[in-house]
Amino acid sequence: MSTSVKLSKVYKRFGNVEVIHGIDLTVDPGEFTVFVGPSGCGKSTLLRMIAGLEPISGGELLIDDELMNEVPPAKRGIAMVFQSYALYPHMTVYKNLAFGLETAGMRKSEIEDRVRRAAEILQIGQLLDRKPKQLSGGQRQRVAIGRAIVREPRIFLFDEPLSNLDAELRVQMRVEIAKLHRDLGNTMIYVTHDQVEAMTMADKIVVLRMGHVEQVGAPLELYNRPANRFVAGFIGSPKMNFLNAGIEGADARSAAIRVGGGKIALPRPARSASAGQKIEFGVRPEHITIEQRDGRIPFAAAKVDLVENLGGQTLLYTTLADGQSLTISLDGQRAIEVGATVETFIDPATCHLFDAEGRII
Amino acid sequence: MTDIAAFDETQQRGLTKRKLWMSVLLHGLLIGGSFIMLYPLLWMLSASFRPEEEIFSSTSLIPSSISFDAYPRGWFGLQESFGTFFWNSFVISILCVIGNLMACSLAAYAFARLNFWGRNFWFAIMLGTLMLPYHVTLVPQYVLFLNLGWVGTFLPLVVPKYLAVDAFFIFLMVQFFRGIPRELTEAAMMDGCSAWRIYWKVMLPLSLPVLATAAIFTFIWTWDDFFGPLIYLTDMRDYTVQLGLRSFVDSTGLSDWSGLFAMSILSLVPVFFFFLFFQRLLIEGIATTGLKR
Repeated sequence: MSTSVKLSKVYKRFGNVEVIHGIDLTVDPGEFTVFVGPSGCGKSTLLRMIAGLEPISGGELLIDDELMNEVPPAKRGIAMVFQSYALYPHMTVYKNLAFGLETAGMRKSEIEDRVRRAAEILQIGQLLDRKPKQLSGGQRQRVAIGRAIVREPRIFLFDEPLSNLDAELRVQMRVEIAKLHRDLGNTMIYVTHDQVEAMTMADKIVVLRMGHVEQVGAPLELYNRPANRFVAGFIGSPKMNFLNAGIEGADARSAAIRVGGGKIALPRPARSASAGQKIEFGVRPEHITIEQRDGRIPFAAAKVDLVENLGGQTLLYTTLADGQSLTISLDGQRAIEVGATVETFIDPATCHLFDAEGRII
Repeated sequence: MTDIAAFDETQQRGLTKRKLWMSVLLHGLLIGGSFIMLYPLLWMLSASFRPEEEIFSSTSLIPSSISFDAYPRGWFGLQESFGTFFWNSFVISILCVIGNLMACSLAAYAFARLNFWGRNFWFAIMLGTLMLPYHVTLVPQYVLFLNLGWVGTFLPLVVPKYLAVDAFFIFLMVQFFRGIPRELTEAAMMDGCSAWRIYWKVMLPLSLPVLATAAIFTFIWTWDDFFGPLIYLTDMRDYTVQLGLRSFVDSTGLSDWSGLFAMSILSLVPVFFFFLFFQRLLIEGIATTGLKR
């Protein structure tokens, strides 16, 4: 049976400085929720408040509808994997795993059972007699996760657990954590600043900025329908192109927009926009093509400044007629010369308009 | 070509020669310095073996004849045997070491990791006591212990150590504890540990180097302490080694100097071995590699 987490108007203040500004959030039972955002956005603080390592300055934290604000960390039914792993250096792997259970006064035989089972799940059985300093980064990470598993918690918390691993190992551990979630079915909350991790692992992503929730939703929902310019820029790699633009005219069916030195007509409503309004026009690099295809409209001519061939993908860094930069991501390998001018095409359905405050129009 | 090679070789040889001379000079200086520093000790060692009349008349380190008589004479030369003094010194020093390690580490843990009202204020006050000379607090302390009826016992020398009175060690340990990653404490909290269990199971095992430092210095300072025992111990049966050594110097002028030097040499032995045993821990340090940075 999985557990829900509910935050209601949660505040965090350090002295006079407020870092979390009244967050409302529900994590459904069994859900893999990822808190994502740039450094200093409050994601780790929020996680630590759920863990009980930071006191909550205001609002309520409910775990399975039970108020947890004043409950000590160990009594919340939570296990946490730290960014630095925080393995006890003076204990063997076995001791590291067993320590929490010993503290809880569990019988020796049961401790051994649980440790063996966790070691089997994580394939660290042969490491049980070693000290943390004798392990590689990936092995330490497994032990840290094992320490969480043996406690059979209601909720797993992960605080940027993969940021110390190399790229290859990170991908591997990402898959393993996702698999672990599928096998155990527990509620998991995962903090990262890496939007690829967020996109690939999450059932639900919570994008945070400066202590506010910018948007909550499924990964593709955030990708396809970002609520504002920040989310649009944060989710997706390479980053979305933002071009200064102006509304020429808008009605219930279409919007005429001046952008990139030309004009385009978007066959979509833009009711909240008015003629003459300055806006930002957003389009993802992968949503721009240099060939006319069904449903695409001509966008602008772009002069190629740099070509990056990634093998499966070609990135073009270009400049438009009005001097603004535009990044284009094309499938496959392309023979395009630097200095050449390419005609670009976009699908109106994948374009985003943002007002001066960054809200979606 | 050959000329150049020969020139290079000559230069190389010159360089090696110069290096060799520098090395000899340096070693000579260092050995000379060490000898000057060790001279009093060597003189004392030699005096403990030489005939009594030769002690103050000869400057040579080599005695004219060697005799071990001074050792048994010194050991049993006083009203109480030196075995008693050694035992007393040993008991006091070990109790002080245990007390200091326990009390100072607990106080340091509180300052380093626990949140309590006025923590910084009390820390500053504690550091302030570092500047108080022993002699300033001596009289009030003596009066206090006298009223408690403790004068003439080991208690005034031992009990304060269980109340974390050595601010220096507390400071040392606070600095060390602060260096232990906070995540370890937090991980232990998540594992359900109380503050006490975190101290006992996580902080102390990781603090062996600083504990060893405190143990070594407490032992040496207590073992070598003359003033404290002199003031508080009155009965010869309670005397420490240092007080025993003083008893050799007789006010009538009939002092047994070689006996004194023999016992002085013996009094160094425990300190030497204590240091030898614990310095391994000092150097070993602890690899806090459970954390990847």
